[in-house]
Amino acid sequence: MLREARFRDDKEFSGCSIFGMMNVRGERFNGEPMITAIANMKERSNGLGGGFAAYGIYPQYAELYCFHMMYDDQGAKEETEGFFRSRFEVEGAEVIPTRECEGVDDPPLLWRYFLRPRENLVCSEEDTDDFVVQAVMHINVNIDGAFVFSSGKNMGVFKGVGFPEDIGRFFRLEEYEGYTWVAHGRFPTNTQGWWGGAHPFNILDWSVVHNGEISSYGINRRYLEMFGYICTLHTDTEVIAYGVDLLLRRHGLSIRDMARVFAAPLWTEIDRMPPREREVHTALRQTYGSLLLNGPFSIIISNRHQMIGLTDRIRLRPLVAGRNGDFMYISSEEAPIHLVDDTLRETWIPQGGEPIVAELLEAAEEPEEAGAEVITIPATDRA
Amino acid sequence: MKWRPGELKSYLLPQFLVDRDDYRCIRCEVCVRQCAFDVHWYDEEEDAVFADESKCVGCLRCVTLCPTNALVVRHNPTQHPPNANWTKEVLQNIYKQAETGGVLLTGMGCDKPYPIYWDRIVLDASQVTNPSIDPLREPMELRTYLGAKPDALKIGGKGGKPSLETRITPQLKLETPIMFSAISYGAISYNACESLARAAAEAGTYYNTGEGGLHRNLYKYGDHTICQVASGRFGVHADYLEVAAALEIKIGQGAKPGIGGHLPGEKVSAEISRTRMIPKGTDALSPAPHHDIYSIEDLAQLIYALKEATHWEKPVSVKIAAVHNSAAIASGMVRAGADIIALDGIRGGTGAAPTMIRDNVGIPIELALAAVDDRLRQEGIRNRASIVVAGGIRSSADVVKAIALGADAVYIGTAALVALGCHVCQKCYTGKCNWGIATQDPYLSKRLNPEVGARRLVNLLNAWSHEIMEMLGGMGINAIESLRGNRLRLRGVGLTQEELDILGIKHAGA
Repeated sequence: MLREARFRDDKEFSGCSIFGMMNVRGERFNGEPMITAIANMKERSNGLGGGFAAYGIYPQYAELYCFHMMYDDQGAKEETEGFFRSRFEVEGAEVIPTRECEGVDDPPLLWRYFLRPRENLVCSEEDTDDFVVQAVMHINVNIDGAFVFSSGKNMGVFKGVGFPEDIGRFFRLEEYEGYTWVAHGRFPTNTQGWWGGAHPFNILDWSVVHNGEISSYGINRRYLEMFGYICTLHTDTEVIAYGVDLLLRRHGLSIRDMARVFAAPLWTEIDRMPPREREVHTALRQTYGSLLLNGPFSIIISNRHQMIGLTDRIRLRPLVAGRNGDFMYISSEEAPIHLVDDTLRETWIPQGGEPIVAELLEAAEEPEEAGAEVITIPATDRA
Repeated sequence: MKWRPGELKSYLLPQFLVDRDDYRCIRCEVCVRQCAFDVHWYDEEEDAVFADESKCVGCLRCVTLCPTNALVVRHNPTQHPPNANWTKEVLQNIYKQAETGGVLLTGMGCDKPYPIYWDRIVLDASQVTNPSIDPLREPMELRTYLGAKPDALKIGGKGGKPSLETRITPQLKLETPIMFSAISYGAISYNACESLARAAAEAGTYYNTGEGGLHRNLYKYGDHTICQVASGRFGVHADYLEVAAALEIKIGQGAKPGIGGHLPGEKVSAEISRTRMIPKGTDALSPAPHHDIYSIEDLAQLIYALKEATHWEKPVSVKIAAVHNSAAIASGMVRAGADIIALDGIRGGTGAAPTMIRDNVGIPIELALAAVDDRLRQEGIRNRASIVVAGGIRSSADVVKAIALGADAVYIGTAALVALGCHVCQKCYTGKCNWGIATQDPYLSKRLNPEVGARRLVNLLNAWSHEIMEMLGGMGINAIESLRGNRLRLRGVGLTQEELDILGIKHAGA
């Protein structure tokens, strides 16, 4: 199917369930509790999309970019593989293992590749990431019938059309072990049965799952286009992922400042701040106003070190956080957290626009590469 | 043989007829005193009021002030022989020129029925999947900053105390995204200027001096004043630059692209002479081009000269008329250092312009805006300048549509003057404005009380701001920056594919 035919709407909008779980010591666990948790929020999805992102699942290839690919047909696969060979050393290529599963029909061809950018094509670490982003953009825009749905290191996204628990079984997620998992169940209000439209959305290490509709999508997309991000999915989630990449990786903002771009404090609040803080916040809104995410959303943004929960600034969608020892949870609802962790006592509801950041302990000890400050969850956040 | 003016029998028909209900008329002579065009006169012998309808411009001052509603002014219904080509207007223009040998003059903006795209664009609203927001109960933010924005911010500091390392260039802070267009002292009365200045200060926005300089008494509103530097350089001196919140280089005007200005000597009173720094009674001629700007690099020099002269403390705007290749020109202007691009469309107003120029040169602002915003984005420099549009903004809905198409803010000129009483009779160039706006006659200009004028303008801005908030809330958006350039919230109705493509919007239903 042509992309244009798939997306007759400006964007997809959906009500959803989101769930994230992290072991801050980096100890890995399999996908079973994720399936249990997301299945418990079944009424928040309608069988038209589910997906997972898992970090730490490919330790044997930790230094390689892992591309998860969807192909409509063999031709798209051959064209894409030709493109890979021209840009990357292909260290591994295999079918993503799946099993027959009721409720999951008509999957595309699913392949994964472990890639190393050709050294003569890139110079530095920074260039490498840009190089990979450009490769992803190239495939998604120019190769019809091919879609990159995961492009990070030592992580992978698994998603498709169906209820999330069925998608989880289909992809045999109980056989993978990761230290951070996020999951998403989808309730789209239009019925495009396309696997690429499911969440999480991913670019490099960054994954986003999202519940809500971004009313500012039109300008968010046009702003990101100025920086070379081409939105191919027409989902508002995509702009969040690209926005994260732009602000954290390319512009070097901290996570807290990124949250203040996405869910900016009101001008009346900024006007009351002490001078230095006011100056920073005013500049953030002046500079990044086009990235303000307006409209109802709750999101979980994750990378290999962190898992960040955030709601819109007037908190129009639900988000609950929980903690039990080394495990951190972020969820649309509280019940699934207790379901997978019956000894958990500590849950709270973060304020609108206030980011909840769970961070790997080892990452917290070393200086943050993306300029993000280390945030432990403040006691004042607790309701 | 030489004819003197007035010796030819005029073939012109009165444009308006004045109907007076003699039963209602109480002979108070308000109409006689109010009409600067001398339409009405009282005949003592007959104890009756008469009208010379050939002089009536249809400004409705007499009708509005008549205490007994005895007057009706209506368009002269006399028909010329039916002809789609040689219409009444065409014929009357030719008679006029045959009698005077002059260029046809007019005032205000183009009144020809070019497509008004605002009226072919509809807005979106939230239903079910995202909640609309009630601005009476929830915060709704219209604050807008105009000026260059950096590509990226660098924020330093540690221990939870952030500090800004990127230097933000000077910005104009608007509490509502509406400013008053450039209208010069000279084109309008001092009282009209003061009304605009006071209203801008009270409403937290800006007005623009036009090319007429700034009267000393209005320096106290400098924080809300954009001082214009135009081709005639009238009234431009150090204090003038110093007192402004921002400077604007006027290259062109939507009502008369490519044309200069001409303030006739009879309007150059002592005060105007002092303000414009020209001898009393002399014509103030603004050249068509700036004679120090024959190309883009010359514009850059003037921009930086003004920035240097004001210690880099003020944003510099460059105003152009919307013409065919505005997009490329605007791109050059941004690269030349303009912090604000002001675009004035074909429906933009004027105090005086040749009719043929006003009605035939330039393009509709909607198309120019869409093209400029697109081009700056394609080149990745949209953040380096704000876009302000002018020329035919009539309502808060037009403002919302302009912002969604990509404008940061709008200028209103005609709408502001209408708030002050203007009835758009298009006779500004005569200097006889009965509403005290486009005149330097003290007898007429005292009719406009600046305090009352400012109140009317502030009311208008408040009313429009409330309406903008309602529309934003309906779209589920609570900050104006989420509307800016958000063309997905617009749909076209009855537009061709080409028009939709230029505007960057879809047709309704798609």
